[in-house]
Amino acid sequence: MAIELKQVIKRVGADTHIHRTDIKLEEGRFNILLGTTLSGKTTLLRLMAGLERPSSGEIWFQGRNVTGVAVQQRRVAMVYQQFINYPNLTVYENIASPLNVVRMPAAEIAQRVRKVAELLQIEPLLQRMPSELSGGQQQRTALARALVKESSLVLLDEPLANLDYKLREELREELPKLFRDSGATVVYATTEPAEALLLGGYTATLHQGRITQYGPTASVYRAPDDLLSAQVFSDPPINTAAIRKRGARFHYNDRVSWLAQGKYAALPDGSYTLAFRPHHITLAANNRDSVSVTGKVVVTEISGSESVVHMRVGSDTWVSLSHGIHQFARDQDVELFVQTDNCFYFDEQQRLI
Amino acid sequence: MIDKTTNQRAWFLVLPVVVLVAFNALIPLMTVVNYSVQETFGNNVFFFEGVKWFEQILHSERFHDSLLRQITFTGIILLIEIPLGVAIALAMPKRGPWVSVCLVLMALPLLIPWNVVGAMWNIFALPDIGLLGRMINGMGFDYNFTQRPLAAWFTTILMDVWHWTSLVVLLAYAGLSAIPDAYYQAARIDGASSWSVFRYIQLPKMKRVLTIAVLLRFMDSFMIYTEPFVLTGGGPGNSTTFLSIDLVKIALGQFDLGPAAAMSLIYFLIILVLSWIFYTLMMRNEEQ
Repeated sequence: MAIELKQVIKRVGADTHIHRTDIKLEEGRFNILLGTTLSGKTTLLRLMAGLERPSSGEIWFQGRNVTGVAVQQRRVAMVYQQFINYPNLTVYENIASPLNVVRMPAAEIAQRVRKVAELLQIEPLLQRMPSELSGGQQQRTALARALVKESSLVLLDEPLANLDYKLREELREELPKLFRDSGATVVYATTEPAEALLLGGYTATLHQGRITQYGPTASVYRAPDDLLSAQVFSDPPINTAAIRKRGARFHYNDRVSWLAQGKYAALPDGSYTLAFRPHHITLAANNRDSVSVTGKVVVTEISGSESVVHMRVGSDTWVSLSHGIHQFARDQDVELFVQTDNCFYFDEQQRLI
Repeated sequence: MIDKTTNQRAWFLVLPVVVLVAFNALIPLMTVVNYSVQETFGNNVFFFEGVKWFEQILHSERFHDSLLRQITFTGIILLIEIPLGVAIALAMPKRGPWVSVCLVLMALPLLIPWNVVGAMWNIFALPDIGLLGRMINGMGFDYNFTQRPLAAWFTTILMDVWHWTSLVVLLAYAGLSAIPDAYYQAARIDGASSWSVFRYIQLPKMKRVLTIAVLLRFMDSFMIYTEPFVLTGGGPGNSTTFLSIDLVKIALGQFDLGPAAAMSLIYFLIILVLSWIFYTLMMRNEEQ
């Protein structure tokens, strides 16, 4: 067990930033905290680092209660969204700084700095000052500083958010590899569902200071425990609809209905919530289980080879993602197909059925 | 033709600024240049003298003494005010209701007019009735700033520190508040000592504002006039006669317009050159 939060609560004044949280992160795993801004990702990281004390509850680190232990005494490293390096030290001195603090012999420092610099491909930059580096190189330096300590816990707070698209892709690909070899437990906070999917590992979805679900990234995505987790893990936002089951069929809006199949056939009559991702409501019917719905177009966004259509269906606003370029006028009627076999059904408590 | 009318209209719009700058900078400066190369025996009759006054000033012992006093004074107050200002800024609260209280208290001395500061400290430091003067004498020191050069210097420096350290504090505080919290967190995680935090994060991040603080305090103190004039009048003897006080004595006391004008120009050039040197030196590291 690398790190465990036991019944941790964090309050600041009258606000509760983190509601009662229990989570265990296994040694050596790549963990992702996924949630919108202010969902509590940074607070959780700071609690794990020891930069903040929980209002109640305990934090265990490698089988030891570290709740009150100062951050300096824990073996953690952290990388931030801003590129944090000492401004008047060279890249080499920056990377060496955490080792200098613990008075490591110079020869060993040199060896470790070279190794990490090679890993992050910043070896030619070692004698430069941070101000002479590009954003990507600055963040690589910051990552090197985190790696060189060989901490057992590495916390990354949206480290790629300030980088431009190309650099972000590049580093995102390298990151899991870098840390897999180091054996460190990594906690990576991000606001982007796509980033979580690309990084893999384990994901915890966060909503307003609560962890709604924690598990392997792909399975959290494919089988969200509840509606909130599904909403957090979807961009563009997941579509929802209030539906009713009567007899063998589900009904939406009194006009649309479809046969309840498989495990859903046995569900009792009543109200349910249907949720489906934007790429499961498309302009073309691509299988037999598609249900046709007519809506009014609000706006169409075309990005390269994909079209995102926002439309109003009854009182709901849905987003559809289709391949190809499709341009619609505002308020134009458009027929869309919902793939009901790819939908999530939630009960009245918003739990996945 | 249409283009030309448009251009003329543009000049017309710039005119107020040209007139303003001409009246408050160019014309006075050129008048001084004019005086500095001429001799007069009254009746508004002038004779061209070339660089005679410049030579006279540059070789005059009196000018050397004032210049040395000026450099000493400026050096001392910079050595006190900059570190003290930084120290106070570091000790000020970072957030909470006390921030505004501290900032207002800090800004107060800056709002007091120069001559009022001089008058205040004159009374404050009087050895017989002043609070400060009585106190120092009460502690057994023979303190009298109107008679003893050392006491006069001490009082003048103390007054300047009281009046202007706030400026450094405010600038340094602004520089400190611009440092993102993540820097401090990163340092804490590294286990850096508070000295390292100061040396490797706060000081480099404050560098720009401190450069401005040094420049402002250098220029201002090098031109200091009103406060020592009201406090000591340049005395006792000539002991606190700084450059500007000396200049006024020559220009208005003795009415030696030529030498005074030459001295003004030399004085102006010294400030210009020293400011430029300061700025270049402090900014050069930045570029490396």
